[in-house]
Amino acid sequence: MRLLASFASKGPMQLGLIVNPIAGIGGRVGLKGSDGAEIQRLALELGAIPLAGERAAAALEVLRPLAGEMELLTAPGPMGEDVARQCGFVPRPLPLSLKKRGQTTAEDTRQAARAMREAGVNLILFAGGDGTARDIYEAIGNDFPVLGIPAGVKIHSAVYAVTPRSAGELAADFLRGRRLRLQEAEVLDLDEDSYRAGRILTRLYGYLTIPYRREAVQNQKVPTPESEAVQAQAIAAEVIEQMQPDMAYLLGPGTTTRAVAEALGLPKTLVGVDIICRGELLAADVGERQILDMLDQRPLGLIITPTGGQGFLLGRGNQQISPDVIRRIERKNILVICLASKIAMLRGRPLLVDTGDSETDRLLSGYLPVITGYHEKIIYKVAS
Amino acid sequence: MKPIAPKPMPRRFHQARWDEPIIFELSQPGQRGVLLPPVEAGIKQQVGNPAQALPEPLRRVVPPALPEMSQIHVLRHYARLSQENLGVDLNIDVGQGTCTMKYSPKINDQLTRTHKLSELHPLQDESTVQGILEVMYRLEGMLKEISGMDRVSLQPGAGSAAIYANICMIRAYHEARGEGKQRDEVITTIFSHPSNAAAAKVAGYKIITLYPDENGYPDFEALKAAVSERTAALLITNPEDTGIFNPRIAEFVEVVHAAGGLCSYDQANANGILGITRAREAGFDVCHFNLHKTFSTPHGCGGPGAGASGVTEKLIPFLPVPTVEFNGEKYFLDYNRPQSIGKVRPFYGVTPNLLRAYAWIMSLGADGLREVSEVAVLNNNYLLNKVLEIRGVSAPYAKGKRRIEQVRYSWEQLTRETGVTSEEIEIRVTDFGMHYWTSHHPFVVPEPMTLEPTESYSRADLDEYVAVLRQIAEEAYTNPEIIKTAPHNSTIHRIHHEPFDNPAEWAVTWRAYKRKTG
Repeated sequence: MRLLASFASKGPMQLGLIVNPIAGIGGRVGLKGSDGAEIQRLALELGAIPLAGERAAAALEVLRPLAGEMELLTAPGPMGEDVARQCGFVPRPLPLSLKKRGQTTAEDTRQAARAMREAGVNLILFAGGDGTARDIYEAIGNDFPVLGIPAGVKIHSAVYAVTPRSAGELAADFLRGRRLRLQEAEVLDLDEDSYRAGRILTRLYGYLTIPYRREAVQNQKVPTPESEAVQAQAIAAEVIEQMQPDMAYLLGPGTTTRAVAEALGLPKTLVGVDIICRGELLAADVGERQILDMLDQRPLGLIITPTGGQGFLLGRGNQQISPDVIRRIERKNILVICLASKIAMLRGRPLLVDTGDSETDRLLSGYLPVITGYHEKIIYKVAS
Repeated sequence: MKPIAPKPMPRRFHQARWDEPIIFELSQPGQRGVLLPPVEAGIKQQVGNPAQALPEPLRRVVPPALPEMSQIHVLRHYARLSQENLGVDLNIDVGQGTCTMKYSPKINDQLTRTHKLSELHPLQDESTVQGILEVMYRLEGMLKEISGMDRVSLQPGAGSAAIYANICMIRAYHEARGEGKQRDEVITTIFSHPSNAAAAKVAGYKIITLYPDENGYPDFEALKAAVSERTAALLITNPEDTGIFNPRIAEFVEVVHAAGGLCSYDQANANGILGITRAREAGFDVCHFNLHKTFSTPHGCGGPGAGASGVTEKLIPFLPVPTVEFNGEKYFLDYNRPQSIGKVRPFYGVTPNLLRAYAWIMSLGADGLREVSEVAVLNNNYLLNKVLEIRGVSAPYAKGKRRIEQVRYSWEQLTRETGVTSEEIEIRVTDFGMHYWTSHHPFVVPEPMTLEPTESYSRADLDEYVAVLRQIAEEAYTNPEIIKTAPHNSTIHRIHHEPFDNPAEWAVTWRAYKRKTG
């Protein structure tokens, strides 16, 4: 948990702006996403109009009162510079050469993000979708403050503000040095090929660090103030007390499960499944095959936490824990853990399981105990 | 002569700001409030050194590091602080929902200041304190009637202390039946007072919390999934902090009883149900009241309040000692209770508050108590209708239905449309000399605001409070910056909450502050 103060208020304010101009063009023409050159060509042929610029403009509108006090560093041309000029800013474009106007690539986004990080901007504001968030994450990792302006077709990632306007407000508050929190938020993306084929497969790609104010961030993703870091430690203490000494456990992806690994002094694959036993890491970042092989040798327990916002327990970002795996784990050995504030954000909606196998989903549905602290749990509804 | 100009609505308000230092910073070596004359030689000779009469380990090696100040500086210090405060005697205090901030009649304060009470000592012989014992005995009788319970202890220091006493009695009951070890879980609900979970946790129990169903009632199916042979008790508030009365409460009690658990009724929200419904009829084994809420005694800024724990027949042996008894001739204290959980507070509880509560109940009578509840519910539903006319606010759950004595509102819509949060409105409200609080974590009701108007406030008071909320909501849509930069007319500006969760940053005493800041 870091407070904003360590990033803000160093010299004159500098804001970075990256617009993924093709983000969202697939959506209006029913293409379920915009990844891949072929899809982008098809979208433009179908008459799609790029929206990302408009979205970015709505965010910049809010930032205009700050124009005189800050430097706006942008990616060149349609990737930020153009919209900044339209909104009355005098931006400093990065000296990057884009491949082709109108058909930017993921590498352009990554290159711009890296350059802005090097330039030491206070915050990178980027307009795009889940794919853009992935690119930003790949370029600069999770220890630099960024914030997404929602412009894509798919927004599963928790790194986006609810609206372009609230992205602008958050960025303004951040730059003015108002005390906001920084938190790690999930970068999720669908596998678009399977999504277009009508199946939903999400992967957790990583975490980006965003300034945060409750309600201003998409999916009403949960805060992680000090109290919640303490809550996660309390959950870890409870899990460790409940773990049977000789049982090996699958430790699912997420920051709350990471707290369990941290409490045991173990490394954790943030976006993958690890196997631990007796305070030791048996295998890191395992796939379904490895888990099934392990199950042939010994019984396994499972420690999982739902995704923020939508509350998926299984089937989003943890497909390694497949129906075949679930069927071979005794229900009493499944420990579901979750911060109370994350449960509150569900607004009464049940936790969800979507393993792709309705029988398995039914098996897990009903009321499950969810560990929310040391000697604290809730009984919560799970639906498929 | 010119007529008096009408006052604006909402009224203009400006609070004093003194930038007053901490009292320790005001200390000047050698300053004194009172200079005592030197002890005369003859007396000195007779008495010797009185410190020698104290056992060695109790004698200080160095004097306490108290501030050294003259009387006027002390007086000025506290008078200034009082001007930087808001309280139930100063503002329309309907914003601290769940706390039942009703008027504490001053005549009851005067009663506690008479020498008949103020000069009593808790170690006096019983024969010399028959009056106050009679007050306690009769107050217990009234609370028995109000709750339907068979005995009531007045010893707990406040609501949480009463819940703690209750869970200790429940544990003693299970232990007496040989089930103490097995029953290590306590069930509560997310809209019950958090003190239920907290007090049970302090007593060593594992806590299971139920969330609401779509109607706002605790999820009955979740309760069925939660109860087992490990269930020690259900600790539940009704109406819950949403102001919604759970009509299936008797079924909840049945399910827990069937599993061998006991049921404890948190009656901190009793202000809307006096003389209307009782813990006994709902089947509860234990209950508690907060005398500083329902029965008008002062909250005392977090203490001392006064609690009352009521129990049914089977739990009487476990009551805290002493109990106040009457043998037909005299009142006496009974310590001879071998199964008692012991003491939960020194002596007999917060005696002045017991007298205040007794006087308050006597001034109203049984019909008066029922009228209190009827007016409190009427006030609340008037306020509900008025608040719901304001743009951006809603009352989640039980749509279109009336509430009991309070409502947990939500500013979620306003926040989504304007970016202004409930915590920001909370600060802006102080610019009008009002306040509300948002200490309702986790925010199951998003952007919460809980208003509880009690029976004390007039319709004009409620209209004034609503006018303030309405103006702020309008500001949110037209000029949110005025809210985001608030307060403008109040003393205290923004408080950062992070340190509250960080042991390295908090200090509740001056000594701790000195230690942590070096």
